[in-house]
Amino acid sequence: MHSISKVTTHISHNEQLIFERSQPGRAGFSLPPLDVDEIPLDEIIPSQFQREDDLVGMPEVTEVDVVRHFTRISSWNYSIDQGMYPLGSCTMKYNSRLNEKVARINGFANLHPLASEAESQGALQVIYELQQHLAEITGLPGISLQPAAGAHGEMTGILIIRAFIDARDGKEASAKRRVMLIPDSAHGTNPASAHLSGFTVKTIRSTNEGLTDLDHLRELCAHGDVAGLMLTNPNTLGLFERNIKEICRIVHDAGGLVYMDGANMNALVGIARPGDMGVDVIHLNLHKTFSTPHGGGGPGSGPCCCTKELEPFLPVPRIVTSAVDSDDEHRLKSMLRLDFDYPQSIGRVKAFFGNYGMMLRALAYILTHGYDGLREATEAAVLNARYITHGLISDYEKPFAAPPMHEVVFTDKRQARKGVHTLDIAKRLIDYGFHPPTIYFPLIVSGAMLIEPTESVGRQELDQFIEAMRSIASEAIDDPELVLNAPHTTRIGRLDEAAAARKPVLRWKPAAPPRTATSDR
Amino acid sequence: MLREIGVASIENLFDSIPEDLRLLKRLNVPAALSEIELLKRFGDVGARNTAASRVSFLGAGAYSHYVPTVVDHLISRSEFFTAYTPYQPEISQGTLQSIFEFQTLVCQLTGMEIANASMYDGSTALAEAVLMAERVTKRSKVIASSAIHPHYLEVAHTYVQHAGIELKHSPYCTDSGITLTESLAALDDQTAAVVVQSPNFFGCIEDLQALSEKAHANGALLIVAITEALSLGLLRSPGSCGADIVVAEGQSFGVPLSFGGPYVGLFATRDKYARQIPGRLVGQAYDKQGRRGFVLTLATREQHIRREKATSNICTNEGLIALAVTIYLETMGRRGVQQVARQCAQKAHYAAHEIAKLAGFSVPFSVPFFNEFMVRAPIEALPLLENLATEKSIDAGIALSRFDSNRPNDFLVCVTETNTRKQIDALVDGLRNLSEASQ
Amino acid sequence: MANVPENLHYSKDHEWVRVEGETAVIGITDHAQDQLGDVVYVELPRAGDEFVANESFGSVESVKAVSEIFTPVSGKVGEANDSLTDEPEKVNKDPYGDGWMIKIKMSSSGEVDSLLTAAEYEDFTKAESE
Repeated sequence: MHSISKVTTHISHNEQLIFERSQPGRAGFSLPPLDVDEIPLDEIIPSQFQREDDLVGMPEVTEVDVVRHFTRISSWNYSIDQGMYPLGSCTMKYNSRLNEKVARINGFANLHPLASEAESQGALQVIYELQQHLAEITGLPGISLQPAAGAHGEMTGILIIRAFIDARDGKEASAKRRVMLIPDSAHGTNPASAHLSGFTVKTIRSTNEGLTDLDHLRELCAHGDVAGLMLTNPNTLGLFERNIKEICRIVHDAGGLVYMDGANMNALVGIARPGDMGVDVIHLNLHKTFSTPHGGGGPGSGPCCCTKELEPFLPVPRIVTSAVDSDDEHRLKSMLRLDFDYPQSIGRVKAFFGNYGMMLRALAYILTHGYDGLREATEAAVLNARYITHGLISDYEKPFAAPPMHEVVFTDKRQARKGVHTLDIAKRLIDYGFHPPTIYFPLIVSGAMLIEPTESVGRQELDQFIEAMRSIASEAIDDPELVLNAPHTTRIGRLDEAAAARKPVLRWKPAAPPRTATSDR
Repeated sequence: MLREIGVASIENLFDSIPEDLRLLKRLNVPAALSEIELLKRFGDVGARNTAASRVSFLGAGAYSHYVPTVVDHLISRSEFFTAYTPYQPEISQGTLQSIFEFQTLVCQLTGMEIANASMYDGSTALAEAVLMAERVTKRSKVIASSAIHPHYLEVAHTYVQHAGIELKHSPYCTDSGITLTESLAALDDQTAAVVVQSPNFFGCIEDLQALSEKAHANGALLIVAITEALSLGLLRSPGSCGADIVVAEGQSFGVPLSFGGPYVGLFATRDKYARQIPGRLVGQAYDKQGRRGFVLTLATREQHIRREKATSNICTNEGLIALAVTIYLETMGRRGVQQVARQCAQKAHYAAHEIAKLAGFSVPFSVPFFNEFMVRAPIEALPLLENLATEKSIDAGIALSRFDSNRPNDFLVCVTETNTRKQIDALVDGLRNLSEASQ
Repeated sequence: MANVPENLHYSKDHEWVRVEGETAVIGITDHAQDQLGDVVYVELPRAGDEFVANESFGSVESVKAVSEIFTPVSGKVGEANDSLTDEPEKVNKDPYGDGWMIKIKMSSSGEVDSLLTAAEYEDFTKAESE
C-alpha cells in the first residue's frame, strides 16, 4: 500500500495575484522613443473620447515579477508533459515540440490574413494539403477548416444539414423537419449545437449493450419530422456502433442526414472511415486526434468534413487551385486562391481562415506519422485501452460487456457500497500522480469514469496507473477516509464550489476586505 | 501485451468493426518525414509567404504589434500549454488563477463589471453577444451598423439565421465615417440591441455615449465591438459610455498574426447578466482550511449541464491565447499599454497628415481616428498597392474594393508602434512616385 | 430519512403545496433538495405571471446540475420569495418554511385534490429509488 505524506509549503505556494504584487512606477516593457513630432493629444483625439481612468487598477510590475509570477503558478498545474491524462473523450496525447517549432516559422507566424493571395501561397498550401489529408482520413471530400473548435465545427455541420434540407425540400416542407435525434450518451455540445441551428432535440435510447437502440431509432424516424441524427462512433462508452451502416440507412430512408461527432477519431484513423459508413458530415478535433495542445482550454480547431453533395453549403471562402496562364516560365503554373462564389454556403463561421496555427501543427503531426504511423497510433491507442480494461476489471464494475476501443467506462458501484464515490476516487488518484479520468460522463452511466490512455503511454506507465487504481480500490475498503478526504498532496484541498457559485467573485477589485473562512458554509 | 489481454493479434482489436468497413489498403497520405525533412519542408513552404517579411501597414481586424519576448517563453512552459481544461481545480490552479487575472484585466480595459474566460475571436464573440441580447431582453430585432468589419457582420448573420433574430443593417454617414443616431431608423421597442464597432472598420471613433443613450431610450442594449484592442489604451472605455456588452478581438495584446488564428475573443458585460453570459467563468473559492483558490463556476449555464438550453455551445475556447494576452498586459502594464496606444495614434496621425498632402490623395472621413484611417487615391487602389509591394517591398494597406466594389480607389492604412518614421516616409514617397508614374 | 410533513400536498415532481385559503404556497421537498445538493441559485417568476398545472415556473441550480420546477396547480403568481436570490441555501436548510418559492392564487381549487398525500408521496419516493 502506498503511503502519501503531506507536502511541505514551498515558496511557489504563496504566489498572490499579480495585482497584489503591483507597485506604482514599476514597468516591464521598453519602447523606443517616439520618432515623429508629437502633437498635443487633444488635437488628434478630442478629450471626450480619451481614456477617463488612466487605467487605474492595472498592474505595474517588472519583467522579473512577471516571469516569477507565471513560473510559480505554472508549478501548480498538472500537464501532459508530467504524466498521463486518462481523460476519456479528450485524447490527451503527446504535444510535439517539433510542431511548436513549425508554428513559429516566420513565414507563417508573421503573415497577415489579408495579405494578397500571391504573397500567401505557402500559407494557402498548408490549408490545401491539410484539407486533402483529412479528406483521405475521413473518406469525406468536402472540407472547411474555418471552425475554431469542436463545438464550432458541430454547429457548422448542423447548419449545413439545415441548409441542405431547405434547398432539397423547400422552406415549407423543411419547416416540418425540425427534429434532431441525439443519443442519451451524447456530449453536451451536441444538443446545444442542434439548438443553435433551430432544431429541437429528441433523445434516442441505448440498448443494454450500450449501443444505439435500432427499434427506437426506427420509431422516431417514422414520424417524418427528422432532419438528422447526431452520433459519436465509437460512442462515448468507447464502443463501436457495429450497425452504423444500418443506422445511416434508416435515417437516410426517412429523409434525414447523419452527423458524426468526430471526437473519437483516435480509434479509427487508418482503420475505418466515416465516409464509408454512410455518414454525411463530421467534425474533427485537431486538439484531440491530431495532437495540437490543449493549452489549458484551447485554442482548438474543429474542421468540418462532408460528402460531395453537401459541399456547396460549406463556409466561405474555400481554398481552390486554379491554372494560371504564364508567359514567364519561372512563375507558378497553378495558384491557390480564395473562392467566395458559393451562393448556397451557410456563410462564414469565423473571421479570416480559422485557427491557422493549429492547422500547421496538425499537418506536421500527419507528416511526421505518415501512413504507417497514423495507423500504428490508432492500434496502440486501442491496445492501451484494452490493457487498462484487463487490469481494472477485477476491482471496478464495467457496465458493458463488449470490448472497448480507445476508451473504456467503469463505474463506482462496488466502491459506493462503502460510501466512496467516483469523485473521491478521482481526487485520490491525484495523490498517486495522475490526472483523474473523465468523471460523470456519459450521463447514462451512473458514477461513470471514462478512461482513455491514448497511444502516448508506455506499458510501464499503464501498469503504474492500474496499480494506483487498484490501490485506491483497496483503500476504499480498508481506509475509506483516506479516499474521501483526498487529495492530500496538493496546494489546496477541495474548494467550496457552492459558496463560489452563490456569491460569485469573478474578478479582483482593489482594496477588497480580507476574506476569512467561516464555519457556516 | 496482446498475450496478457488474451487477444490474438492487433487486427483482432478491431473485431467490433464490420469487415466491409475495414480499410484494406493504407491511407493515401505521404510517408513519414523525419524532423530534419519536416523542418526543411515547412521552411520552404513558409518562405513562399513573401508578405511575412515585408514592412506592413495592414490592419482591418488583425494588427502588427510588438510582442515582448517573455510572452512566448512563458506560454511555452509545458505546465501551461500541455495542460487540460481546469475541471480538476486542485491540479489546475496555475491555469485558473491566470484566467481570473485575465477576466480582471478585460474588465479594467473595457470598463465593464464581469468578463468571461474567452471566446474564439472577436467575430464569434460578437455573434454570441447578439444571441445574448435576445435572451436578456426577449426581443428579436437587432440593428448593426454597416461600419462594422464585414467578416464580423457575416459571422453574426450565420449565427442568427435560425435563431429567430432579425439582424438589420443601419447605414453610416459617408461624410464623417461614423454611425449617426439619426440613422438608427429601425430602432423601436422590439429592438434587443444596437451594435457598433469602435474604432469602426474605417478606423473612425464612434460616439458611444450618444449611441448608448439612444439605445437605452428604447429599452435596447448597446453592444460595442472592438477589433483593435490597443485602442483601449487611449480611448474612453465603452463601459463608461454606457455599453451593456463589450466584445473585442484580443489579438493586439501579444498574439502573432499567424494568418488569422488562433486569436481570442474578449467578452464583458454587467454583473446582472452573469447568468446569461456565454463561455467559461472562473471564480474565487476557498477550501476547508480557508486557503484561497480559483474554480470554474456558474457552470450550469454551459452545454455540459444545460445541453440544448445552454447559453452557448462553446466548450474549448482560446485558453493559451488568453494566457498570452494576460502576460502581455501584465508585462506592458498600466503605463506600457497607454504608451503603446499613444505611439500608435501619433504615428498614424503623422502618416495621415503626410499622405493627405500628396497630390490627388485625401483622407476623406472627418472624424477622429485611433491608428487606422481610409485613404482615397487618384487611381485604382488595388494595382497601386500591388505595385508598392513588389517594387518598394511595402504592404501599404488594404484595398477596400476587396470588400465593397463601390470603393475602387479607397484603401485602409494602419500604423502601429512597430512602424518607424523612416518606414512611414518611405510609404509616402512610394505612394507619390507610383501614382505619378501611372498618371 | 427525508422529512415529509403531514399537512401538505405533494406532486410527483417533488414539489409541495400548502393551501392557505385561495393561495397555494409552493416549494420543493426535503427529498428533492437532498438529491440536488447545495442549492446555489433559484430562478423564479415575477408576480403576475400565470401558469397552468404542471408547467415549469422556474429552476433550481446546484453546482453541477439544474432542475426545472413545476407548479402542481394553475393560477397567477401573487408573490415570489426573492430572498432566495441572496440566500439560496434556505432551500436546503428549511425547504418547507423559509425555502418557500412562490405563492399562487389558485384558479381552480379542486386541483389540489389530485395531488399526493404525505403517505402517498413517501411511498412514491421509496419506489423511485428502487
